[in-house]
Amino acid sequence: MNTNNKDARKQEKLSLLWRFLKGAKRYFAVTIFAAAVTALADMLMPQIIRAAIDNAIGGKEAEFPQIVMDLVNSVGGFSYLGQHLWIMALAVMLVALFQVASQYLFRVYNTKASETLVKSMRDQLFSHIQHLPFSWHTKNRTGDIIQRCTSDIETTKNFLSEQLTSVFRIVILLALSVTFMFSMHWGLALVALIPTPVILGYSLFFHRKIHDGFTACDENEGKLSAMAQENLTGVRVVRAFGLERAETDKFHKQNDYYTSLWVKMGKVLAQFWSTADILSGIQIMLVVTFGAYYCIRGSLTEGEYIAFISYNSMLVWPIRQLGRMISEMSKAGVSIDRVFYIMSSPVEQDDPDATEAPMDGDICFEHVNFAYENSPQMLHDIFFTMKAGTTLGILGGTGSGKSTLMLLLDKLYPLDENCGCITIGGVDIRKIKTAHLRRNIGMVLQEPYLFSRSIAENIGIVSPELDMEAVRSAATAAALDETITSFAQGYDTMVGERGVTLSGGQKQRAAIARMLTQNTPIMIFDDSLSAVDTQTDARIRQAISKRFGKASVILISHRITTLSAADKIIVLDRGRIVEEGTHEELKCGGGIYQKIYETQSGSQEVAV
Amino acid sequence: MQQKTRLKYFGIGKILPYLKNVKNQILMMVALALVSSVGDIILPLFQRYALDHFVGQNTLDTIVPFILCNVTVILILAVVNYVSCAQATTIEMLVNRDLRQRGFEHLQTLSFSYFNQNSVGYIHARLMSDTSRIGSLVSWTLIDCTWRVSYLIGAIFMMLTMNARLALMVFAIIPFVAVLFSLFQARLEGVNRDVREINSRITGNFNEGITGAKTIKSLAIEEKMKNRFREETNTMRRKSVQASRLRGAFSGTVNLASSAALAIVLWKGGYIALEEMGTFSVFMSYAQGMMEPVRWLVDIVSELITTQVNIERFINLLNVKSDVVDTPEVTQKYGDCFQPKKENWEPIRGDIEFRDVTFQYPDGEETVLENFSLKIPFGTHLAIVGETGAGKSTLVNLVCRFYEPTEGTLLIDGRDARERSQLWLHSAIGYVLQTPHLFSGTVRENLLMGNPDATEEQIMEAIRLVSAEDVIAHLEKGLDTDVGEGGDLLSTGEKQLISFARAILADPRILILDEATASVDTMTEAKIQAAMESVTAGRTSLMIAHRLSTVRNADLILVVKNGRIVEQGTHTELLAKKGYYHELYTRQYEDEATAKILA
Repeated sequence: MNTNNKDARKQEKLSLLWRFLKGAKRYFAVTIFAAAVTALADMLMPQIIRAAIDNAIGGKEAEFPQIVMDLVNSVGGFSYLGQHLWIMALAVMLVALFQVASQYLFRVYNTKASETLVKSMRDQLFSHIQHLPFSWHTKNRTGDIIQRCTSDIETTKNFLSEQLTSVFRIVILLALSVTFMFSMHWGLALVALIPTPVILGYSLFFHRKIHDGFTACDENEGKLSAMAQENLTGVRVVRAFGLERAETDKFHKQNDYYTSLWVKMGKVLAQFWSTADILSGIQIMLVVTFGAYYCIRGSLTEGEYIAFISYNSMLVWPIRQLGRMISEMSKAGVSIDRVFYIMSSPVEQDDPDATEAPMDGDICFEHVNFAYENSPQMLHDIFFTMKAGTTLGILGGTGSGKSTLMLLLDKLYPLDENCGCITIGGVDIRKIKTAHLRRNIGMVLQEPYLFSRSIAENIGIVSPELDMEAVRSAATAAALDETITSFAQGYDTMVGERGVTLSGGQKQRAAIARMLTQNTPIMIFDDSLSAVDTQTDARIRQAISKRFGKASVILISHRITTLSAADKIIVLDRGRIVEEGTHEELKCGGGIYQKIYETQSGSQEVAV
Repeated sequence: MQQKTRLKYFGIGKILPYLKNVKNQILMMVALALVSSVGDIILPLFQRYALDHFVGQNTLDTIVPFILCNVTVILILAVVNYVSCAQATTIEMLVNRDLRQRGFEHLQTLSFSYFNQNSVGYIHARLMSDTSRIGSLVSWTLIDCTWRVSYLIGAIFMMLTMNARLALMVFAIIPFVAVLFSLFQARLEGVNRDVREINSRITGNFNEGITGAKTIKSLAIEEKMKNRFREETNTMRRKSVQASRLRGAFSGTVNLASSAALAIVLWKGGYIALEEMGTFSVFMSYAQGMMEPVRWLVDIVSELITTQVNIERFINLLNVKSDVVDTPEVTQKYGDCFQPKKENWEPIRGDIEFRDVTFQYPDGEETVLENFSLKIPFGTHLAIVGETGAGKSTLVNLVCRFYEPTEGTLLIDGRDARERSQLWLHSAIGYVLQTPHLFSGTVRENLLMGNPDATEEQIMEAIRLVSAEDVIAHLEKGLDTDVGEGGDLLSTGEKQLISFARAILADPRILILDEATASVDTMTEAKIQAAMESVTAGRTSLMIAHRLSTVRNADLILVVKNGRIVEQGTHTELLAKKGYYHELYTRQYEDEATAKILA
């Protein structure tokens, strides 16, 4: 059962990787082809030198495939080439051009492949994240998700594009050079090959072993970095408590420790490099010595000897690299898992028979019960109707469930089957397409989120094309036009880190303006005028009701002056509707509303 | 002027003074790199000997000394490489460590204007990444440079001695190659910069797509965000491929150049092979091997230009002068923040006086205080109120000497504050911030920060005073619970109570509460309110408050609006005035009453 599960997960992961690879596969094919061609060109060069030395210059009997012999004979045979060495030089340049061209192809196509791959990973990940339910976003930490989207993607990309293709390239190169060596002299080829498993094995063993050391270094660098960060963010505390000395000592200690780890690491690495140097130095010496021996015995020509040494040098380096690559690949597994976690989280889905129902009908909450995951019940049997085109006011304390009502209406949290239902124009919102629903509900939050773009782009973000006229008129209705024009760059002023920092009230008004450009039949103001003063509040509401008289408006507020104009007001207390009626009815209804009304209107005589 | 500093050896001169400790190690590393490159020049000569002597003369007579020599050279090289590699890491890390240490210490002395003008991320990057670039410059870059230059010289020398005419013909390629390289280099740099920028934009987009999820969903603009993102990833792909084309062409040129060298050797020097096969083959390997160092030398110029920026940034950090400095006489008597001379410190009473103080923030344009005078005798409870962003912190900043008055004097215990050291004053101040800041470590370690010698009893007393017993009791390991980075493992309320206890444990003469209850839950707020009276007793206290209900009992209330003090008096006086305070109070009273009814 368990192994079955594991296999299924593995299967899923592989199919995910395969999906990422879509569109990049043909580039990878070209990359591998180019790698093979490059390796072949690498093999040709020593053969030309060998032919030049042995046959053209040395005048020895040549043993090449028929096609080469034909080619040589057609230009006048090796003796002619010996007198006209520039032809050999030209051959070198031709092979070099071929080599460079295939290398170029390899490089560019490898990048094309990896960039197509990483683009598809990023796009799919971003898109997936956009469609994950809101509850997923509240459950997962932003920093962690971002890390998965950036460094884990990078690691996965390196694995699939750089490491895998390099391993391919190295293997092809090794296979070819071994073949060529054996074809020239199998005895010397054995001499060259026998030490290679030792070099590869040592390199593999070492990189496996050193992995923990690197992890420790990384961790301690993180600690040191966090320490500096803490000191900088806590500069007030450090100064006010006179902690400069203590902080410096603490930093110094960690700084020393981290440094000592790396110094130790440096020694281990140096040891590896020098040992590997000895191993490969001895391998080369063996080839040189035995080569000379075979030359003297006459079983190897001088040109072959030189070519052999070239092939050997193509063997030694790649093998050392291979050890590192194979050991680094293990890192990729972890990253793929982390990316997979996001990609395998289920996205929001519409009911198969969901429609784009008209949204300008009455809104009904019918016996709605709701609890957040692992939390006590939030809403109890909420039942109310809001006529289309009217204004509903909601009053309630923190945690009374008023914002939850709005999240449910906007389907930011799904309402379970047996927990009542919410209808718009008589249609259960579960049967309304989510995007359609949200496009027709404008919602302004208490702490609105603005994007780091220009103010104009922020206000007009919903429309596909930026319509300055609409933006300006929305900003005017939200009493923000004056503020914006007072900025040096007006509507082009950037919001956020790269531009101005807006005050809470300005942000709220920008969000209201943004909502107004949506021109929705349903508008929700979730405590969204709390940071705006009373007069501006009134001005904005007036402007809105004048322009959007037909819209259904839901106002969540603590201010009686804001709520009083509503056609109907409900008061929420601990997830229950405790009062319901018009301002006139409630203000002397003897409940919470009346008390608040009295506090707020009798404010002139404040108790001292 | 700017131009001149740029050209000076890429700013390397500026870091020399910081390398004194590792001077000998650096010299040794350079020497070893020289030895190593000589070794690499010598190694091919064995091949030459094997070809010319063994094969050429058909004998194996000297095979034993040949192997011995060869192995010796290999072993010597291995040892040299071992030491120089280890040395390079050591130098890199030691230099990094010393620079970081210096930077960190310097930051501890900088005044607040620096921290207000530069983001934490910016300063952090100066301290952590710029230093590491400098460290690797004086170790790995230096060792590479030495090895390659000396290998190049060695190869040139060997080629010249073996066959000067042929060597010169090969060298003729170099100028062409160098020019080609620099052409690519310049374009590559531009593209690389583009790639880096798009990369950070992509990260920014991810950030927005995640932190803004609620808004994106409620606006139903997922498609728009996705399209925008796709545009960025498209650009990224295009630019990366462009960069790889350039890089490919660049390294293609290198390979072509070394093949050209080979072709020249073959064409013009092929005849050598008839007599001295060994010489011929070694000549080929030198001719091919010398192109890589040439490419590297071109490459290094652009690397040095980037590193120069790192150096400048870091040196600039060290050169920033603090706005608030103790005079040499003061330091002489009272010590500095690292070496305090506590034996010379007078006990502090806690009288504060502003005398004709005029103040303007160093980066501000407006004067926020003008000829302000106020006596705050020991034991006074002073409250500063006003709306968020009105500038309530100014007075506190001055009392703590985070800033100095532009004109006029701040007196502590009747003497100009500048006559005593900053640490002397700070040691008498307890500070509770709006957003509590704890340091990684245990609760106990955090509490002991202001008073390292406190006994267990004193700790418990402080905890009791701020009614944080419940909080501590609920923690898994009590006082020895780890609070996490920045205290993140605790809730804001818990952090605030602990930082409150920390301030009390230091038994400060002056207690500053900077909107201490603004960001905590109502439960914690109630606890802090209840503790207020007992913890402020016997101290001068300055309380910055957003909620006015908390300041009613203050001896004096200063009301701040738009950075200026507009009203002052006791609660009763101010209400009677029916001015700005009255307006603020009424509004808040309503809000709070409403909240109370709803709760």
